[in-house]
Amino acid sequence: MFSGFMMNTWIAATIVAVIAGVVGFFAVLRGSTFAAHAIPNGAFAGAAGASLIGANTLLGLAVFSVAGALGIGSFGRKARHDVATALILVLMLGIGALFISLGDQYAQETYSLLFGEVFGISPDVLLPIGILGALSVLALLVIFRPLMLTSAMPEVAAARGVSPRRVEMAFLLIMALATSMTVPVVGALLMFSLMIGPAAAARSFTARPWLAVVLSVAFGLITVWIGIAISYETDWPLGFFVGVLGAAFFLTGRAWASLRGRRLLRSRRSSAVPASANA
Amino acid sequence: MHWLIEPGLLASSPVRVAVLVGTVVAITSAVVGVFTVTRGQSFAGHSLADVATTGGSGAFLVGLNQFWGFLAFGVAAAVMLEVIGVQRRRGRDVATGVVLGAALGLAALFLYLGSQHSSTTGASFTVLFGSIFVIQPSTVPALIASGVIALIVIVALSRVLLLTSLSPDVAAARGVPVRAVGVAYLVALAISVSLSSVAIGAVLSTALLIGPAATALRVAKGPVRAMVTAAAIGVAVTWLGILLAYDSYYWPPHGHAWPVSFFIVALVVVAYLLTYLHRPARRRRSPSLGTPRAEVEVGA
Amino acid sequence: MSELPTSSGDLLRLDGITVRLSGREVLHDVSFAIRPGEFTGLIGPNGAGKTTILRVILGLLAPSAGTVTVAGQASGSHRRGGLLGLGRPIGRGDGRGGSVVGYVPQKLLIEPDMPLRVRDVVALGIDGNKLGVPFPSRARRELVAETLRAVGADSFADKRVGELSGGEQQRVMIAHALISRPRLLLLDEPLANLDIRSAQGIVAVLAKLAREQQIAVLISAHDMNPLAPVMDRIVYVAAGRAAVGGADEVLRTDVLSQLYGQHVDVLHVHGRVVIVAGDDGEDAGSPHAGDDLAGQADPVYGSGVA
Repeated sequence: MFSGFMMNTWIAATIVAVIAGVVGFFAVLRGSTFAAHAIPNGAFAGAAGASLIGANTLLGLAVFSVAGALGIGSFGRKARHDVATALILVLMLGIGALFISLGDQYAQETYSLLFGEVFGISPDVLLPIGILGALSVLALLVIFRPLMLTSAMPEVAAARGVSPRRVEMAFLLIMALATSMTVPVVGALLMFSLMIGPAAAARSFTARPWLAVVLSVAFGLITVWIGIAISYETDWPLGFFVGVLGAAFFLTGRAWASLRGRRLLRSRRSSAVPASANA
Repeated sequence: MHWLIEPGLLASSPVRVAVLVGTVVAITSAVVGVFTVTRGQSFAGHSLADVATTGGSGAFLVGLNQFWGFLAFGVAAAVMLEVIGVQRRRGRDVATGVVLGAALGLAALFLYLGSQHSSTTGASFTVLFGSIFVIQPSTVPALIASGVIALIVIVALSRVLLLTSLSPDVAAARGVPVRAVGVAYLVALAISVSLSSVAIGAVLSTALLIGPAATALRVAKGPVRAMVTAAAIGVAVTWLGILLAYDSYYWPPHGHAWPVSFFIVALVVVAYLLTYLHRPARRRRSPSLGTPRAEVEVGA
Repeated sequence: MSELPTSSGDLLRLDGITVRLSGREVLHDVSFAIRPGEFTGLIGPNGAGKTTILRVILGLLAPSAGTVTVAGQASGSHRRGGLLGLGRPIGRGDGRGGSVVGYVPQKLLIEPDMPLRVRDVVALGIDGNKLGVPFPSRARRELVAETLRAVGADSFADKRVGELSGGEQQRVMIAHALISRPRLLLLDEPLANLDIRSAQGIVAVLAKLAREQQIAVLISAHDMNPLAPVMDRIVYVAAGRAAVGGADEVLRTDVLSQLYGQHVDVLHVHGRVVIVAGDDGEDAGSPHAGDDLAGQADPVYGSGVA
């Protein structure tokens, strides 16, 4: 399982899980769940288009993801945010459908773009994935404080000269770059799951940001490692394990949070003090 | 008009079936979509479609007609979403997202297993992007019936839904079972989404759900006008999409038609953008432009 | 618990309402009654329990103890029954489907693209809780137009409800509640986010309705001054307890200090009433506060204060 070409798989998946864990933490924090689902689908169109004209796949991925992010960011200001996201999402997928049908790789290409083809990773994509992943994480660290501020208190941020608009756009672009690189590994549809599940679970266990990021990455790594191992044995798609394990982590987190909440409630119930009035 | 209406269009039986089913799908999706957009549930509507994909691929796996798979999973997911019912919108979105992720994972598995056991290729594409030109005539009555049912339910609920969206407290005080209405609406949404998934694919049924409705809401003021306008736009877009898809067989590369889902999606987006010519975007009142607002929960 | 003088003419009656939420006692033994045509202010600071009282009256919240009687009928299980549970509204009305109690909620957060014009919202007040589509009729249209005129909302009747100002929205929601011919109108903090002019406008509309149509009004507010000219009675809520009576009976330093459980000063400044917290450490048990009430029967309180 750890021979030659499999090492590429392990490395690629590890990088993807780390990126997803970090980016996902912010996506969940900001409630950008829908955008996190939509942007990788832009990547789908890009890859299909690139393969159609014979261009570099990663380039196509990047171009379309970024275009999607730009679309959501700028359009989302004029229209309802979720309507804009929905329309950009289906537009990207529709274009992707067109590219695929014009090409001739139809079935397999669709499946692998959407659900991932982690066992077919060639060594030369490892470096670009690694570099772009590192850059994305670095960029997130750079805008960490404005990002946290605008996530929690947008009005205050605006008053202090930090434009929520620009920060949102920057975040979407980072998400686009990060996920476009990782889509070939886990696929457009499941990249989102890897971002959301572990991060959401992490937040149920701790409120401290740094710890949450670490937990988010940890859950993500566990998910892909288990997934690859089982997938290697059974030949079942990695995406299946990512989706299911992500949900399992999330449910565990929710259960933990509600148990802890109930314990707090019980300790508070003993003192039934009427609230003191403020005149 | 020869260049627009290629020979044999209306004589072709698959086209007639496509137009019939497409019309029902468009009207139902548009009317349901008006409420979906108003209640800010675009993500939920899209997720239901993706979850329905799992059902479709599962049905494909066991050899059932995909529509029943879509329907079963869609309705189950709708009820589950209502049960999850987290208070804050962000929490609900995350929960929806996780359910979506799990469902897509299952879909991946079903499609994979299906491709191992049968020789039909292109299942992924069909399940996700639809097959309006290859709908079996025997399923047409079931498709139309479910569309009509969903439409009737929504129209019957329309007033109550609007009242609930306006103020859940006022509605509750007047005896409206807010939760039950929410579930009924979601079930109608699930049926509508399953229907459109068969026609233009799970992933793109969102286009007919959200697009015409969002467009209509920008130009129509009252509830009845909004629903009728949305339906009209949906039908127009579908007919034109079918027409263009049929014609595209004669476009380069010859002998290969472009997918109808592409045309429908493109037209939907174009229609929506056109409203910005007529009514330029006004500044939204929210203080944090561009950042998803933390909204007060409106409706179930 | 001191008994309220029983009167079958009461439109609304709360007896000993106690509410416990999440282990905390939010309301303790609240009792008061409202007669037809009375204009009552439900006054108190934020978080005191005003909205809780309204929710109990509307049947949205079940009290831990006590009863609510609306027009002679106990409220509570009114929502069961009817087809699909879309049953009777609070307090069976005149049989036309109208309800006894109309409710105007706090400021709504409405998206600009909600497909409801002002006249649509008001029409929903007639039968928005029923299934199906109404048959358009001239009678409906005229009823809607007439109600819009009564609240002064006819000039913007065709605007989208999401595009209105706060004051305009309040008028629309009042019209919505009004059109079903209620005998009691409940309003939850309608003046909270309004400027003085708009607030005065709303109060004027309500006072006119109370006078001309003999509708009782129960309006909650944390600042009683805009209501002072038109209020008949006050239900003052603080720390989950209530003091009931006329303005001069309730708005007194001794009364409110006992209610708050700490010393507060009630000041009359230029015809307005201002309530100011006293020094820390002084409580109702101190020698100076509550002197007058020691050992006397309480006609004002429900019971159980300190």
